[in-house]
Amino acid sequence: MSRQTDELTALSALDASRRLGTGELDPGDLFDAYRERAAADELNAFTWVADAAPPETAAGTPLGGVPLAVKDLFCTKGVPSQAGSRILEGYRPPYTATVVDRLAAAGAPLLGKTNQDEFAMGSSNENSAFGPVLNPWDHSRVPGGSSGGSAAAVAAGLAPWALGTDTGGSIRQPAALCGIVGLKPTYGAVSRYGMIAFASSLDQAGPLTRDVSDAALLFRHMVGDRDCCDSTSVAYPAQVDLPTASRLDGIRLGVPAELAGDGIEPGVLAAFEATLELARSLGASVETCRLPHAPHALSAYYVIAPAECSSNLARFDGVRFGLRAPESTDLISMYTRTRHDGFGGEVKRRIMLGTYALSSGYYDAYYGRAQRVRTKIADDFRAVFGDFDFVVTPTSPTVAFELGAKTGDPLSMYLNDFCTVPMSLAGIPAISIPNGLARPPAGGDELPTGFQIAGPAFSENRILDAAHALERELGFDSTRVRP
Amino acid sequence: MSGLVGAESTGARVELEPVIGLEIHVQLLTRTKMFCSCALSFGEPPNTRTCPVCLGLPGSLPVVNERAIHYGLMIGMALGSELAPRSIFHRKNYFYPDLPKGYQISQYDEPLCLGGDLDGVRIHRVHLEEDAAKLTHVGSTGRIQGSSRSVVDFNRGGTPLAEIVTEPDIRTAEQASDWLKLLRATLRRLGVSNVNMDEGSLRCDANISLRPAGTTTLGTKTELKNMNSFRFIERGINAEIARQRGLIESGGKVVQETLHFDPASDRITSLRSKEEAHDYRYFPDPDLIPVAITPDMLEAARAAMPELPAARAERFERELGLSADTAHQLAFRGELGDFFEAGLPHTEHVQQLGIWVTGELVRHLGDADPASSRLRPAALAALVELVAARKVTQTAAKDVLGELVDAGGDPAAVIAARGLGAIDDAGELTGIVAAAVAANPDAAEKIRAGNRKAIGAIIGQVMRQTKGRADGGEITRLVLEQLGLDG
Repeated sequence: MSRQTDELTALSALDASRRLGTGELDPGDLFDAYRERAAADELNAFTWVADAAPPETAAGTPLGGVPLAVKDLFCTKGVPSQAGSRILEGYRPPYTATVVDRLAAAGAPLLGKTNQDEFAMGSSNENSAFGPVLNPWDHSRVPGGSSGGSAAAVAAGLAPWALGTDTGGSIRQPAALCGIVGLKPTYGAVSRYGMIAFASSLDQAGPLTRDVSDAALLFRHMVGDRDCCDSTSVAYPAQVDLPTASRLDGIRLGVPAELAGDGIEPGVLAAFEATLELARSLGASVETCRLPHAPHALSAYYVIAPAECSSNLARFDGVRFGLRAPESTDLISMYTRTRHDGFGGEVKRRIMLGTYALSSGYYDAYYGRAQRVRTKIADDFRAVFGDFDFVVTPTSPTVAFELGAKTGDPLSMYLNDFCTVPMSLAGIPAISIPNGLARPPAGGDELPTGFQIAGPAFSENRILDAAHALERELGFDSTRVRP
Repeated sequence: MSGLVGAESTGARVELEPVIGLEIHVQLLTRTKMFCSCALSFGEPPNTRTCPVCLGLPGSLPVVNERAIHYGLMIGMALGSELAPRSIFHRKNYFYPDLPKGYQISQYDEPLCLGGDLDGVRIHRVHLEEDAAKLTHVGSTGRIQGSSRSVVDFNRGGTPLAEIVTEPDIRTAEQASDWLKLLRATLRRLGVSNVNMDEGSLRCDANISLRPAGTTTLGTKTELKNMNSFRFIERGINAEIARQRGLIESGGKVVQETLHFDPASDRITSLRSKEEAHDYRYFPDPDLIPVAITPDMLEAARAAMPELPAARAERFERELGLSADTAHQLAFRGELGDFFEAGLPHTEHVQQLGIWVTGELVRHLGDADPASSRLRPAALAALVELVAARKVTQTAAKDVLGELVDAGGDPAAVIAARGLGAIDDAGELTGIVAAAVAANPDAAEKIRAGNRKAIGAIIGQVMRQTKGRADGGEITRLVLEQLGLDG
């Protein structure tokens, strides 16, 4: 890498956009610098990288031309959008997702598409048809998932920032495992139009960035008017501000007993406790709160999400796009062979789970009950937010684990989302910021840990402010692992 | 028809009563599709009215067409249904190439309209959903058997549908067909659909079972599909009634299944049995949030409600003294009723006007809308006035009508120009009648002998000579008078 490339890519997205705005920085140079790095990707973070800077001028746009890495499941017109799946290998959609369009219009052109767990189903990025992504901190370890490519690309400085999606933790957990910032917005804040769906009532797009200010800046341009193409989207009720807070005076942090004890690695817990102490020193109060139904969140999630995915993924039938198994002799064999060849094991497992859960005679016992649990969890949060400004937890119960460590045990893989799924079910926003390093239980080099801050619906500005205040004191260097 | 079958051929056996319910799919005449902004298709080249949403492309999302909800509410009001407080859509999951998403967005346990009644047939429910795409099986029969490949046209996919389900209140095939015609007239009057069976904007399936007459428990039903004309509905239902009756009378049992009616052969074949029925795994579509039906939406639907055919027919009978038959013909073809009502201010003879519209005018125009002819409603009313005043005979007036339909104009002017005015000079007609009697001595003899029918030959001659300008009654009177017979 040239010295100039290193200098350009050392800038945060916010700094870069400011210099682009003043003309101090040329958008083509910046794009080329990142393109060069992304093309040399050794982490398998990208599934496609732009050939050249886009011809459109970014001049006069608010972001000025800060390139954007986009998770593969966002549809991008004429550009492969494969959602990590064999069944969509080479698929180039005829349209672009609303949020990608909005960001391009705001001056964040498409740099590349990032690898992910197939259809966003996974917590390690090992479920990609295009191979696992490596954690830039330790190439023998996973980056987390499902937005693992986006997280690894940002952590390794292959992209200034990236778009991910979070269904049960798919932005927050890889952000934590890669030592960067990830924000899951309020459900409905960002249009889902053009996001290849996993679980419609949970999927939400969000930023993965080097720091909290970049997250705020990207999020600002993801939201706005209601998207008339997405019935579940809403007009964002406020202007998204760049965070300025340096103190947490009067902020009441609730630590749910159910999510901050059992099953958390000691090193992760130690980092969490240290951050709570830091928050106190900044003026926050920290008390235990209760989310009595949170322990049932994973169970409810693994009924609701598979149920929705079993229906959402029915369109991959070989008729109109994507893979069609060639030796089919009739309709049923075309369906079964195409889906047999096209879907990976985890996707098939969830389709089977969801199909069963929705079956006649089982609906009330599974889907109906899971929805009632979901309501209870949302009620729990509502009650807590009567007494607290935020709920805080470790983002992931573990640091990055070794490739292959959990692939044979789906349940232990599912436990990665233990702390993030309750917020997804409640539809509330939550951020993960890097809050330190911890040694894995079996030894080895220290790896990043994440601190999760969740607030009521549409409280992103306040969350970003609190995260910013902590970030300043934590002093975590997210550029440390650059190649 | 009594509704009792079996008795005439078997005598002693138990009389079996058919029990029929209908499921009607109506394509709504919205500007755009149910869940996307594609224009509805009317015979455009295949796959030219499509977008990522109605093709079910990855990442696309549905948005409910508000106009379809509005039309659904109007249908519910027309049928006297209870309207749901909110609109909510479910997914009906099954795989088929005409269903791009692998599920149909439909309403399930909360239909937009519940209950109701149309002309004594109770409505079970009315719900909204999206139409499937059109599959064409390439091959001689057009059916999937024997076809080498199938092609899909997604133009139709996503067209808004209202599914109207009746209670099993119908007893005969003829009643089913008649009732469906009333429903069609009602929906056409609402302006919510073209309701054209040929074009598929009105489609009807029938649920059919038999039970011993006088009992109330329902027998095992079958669902009969593919009856795409009123004639086929009658034939299909009758064929299925006969099939079930044959089965029961020979000691067999009706099996619950979905059947296909082949109008070419009147044959009924099984599409799938109950065991093969899909588990549709309905669940609320998470892409569509439930939408409350607001007082404004209800008010808009109410304000858009026209007078419906049944009420209009009743009004024509009650207020205008039309016969039930004429009133129904006018009301059930709304365009005839509109033409009739436009002529009303121009004549005292409203019953006659009704008869002229439903009789002679329909004979000229067939199914065409009279508003699209050159005939003005006031001109027809004026013609009716002239007939009533004996200024023109019925026979001549029919000729005049023909010219008015083709060329327009004023009936009095046409009559004058063509010399079709009634002969009002008694002397002139007396002379013509006398000549005709003299020219037909055989007929005159027969009439004298008491065979009054023989008078037709003489009347015919007078009519020919006067080109229809003479009144038939007056000719008869004069003939009898001249033969020394009293009327």
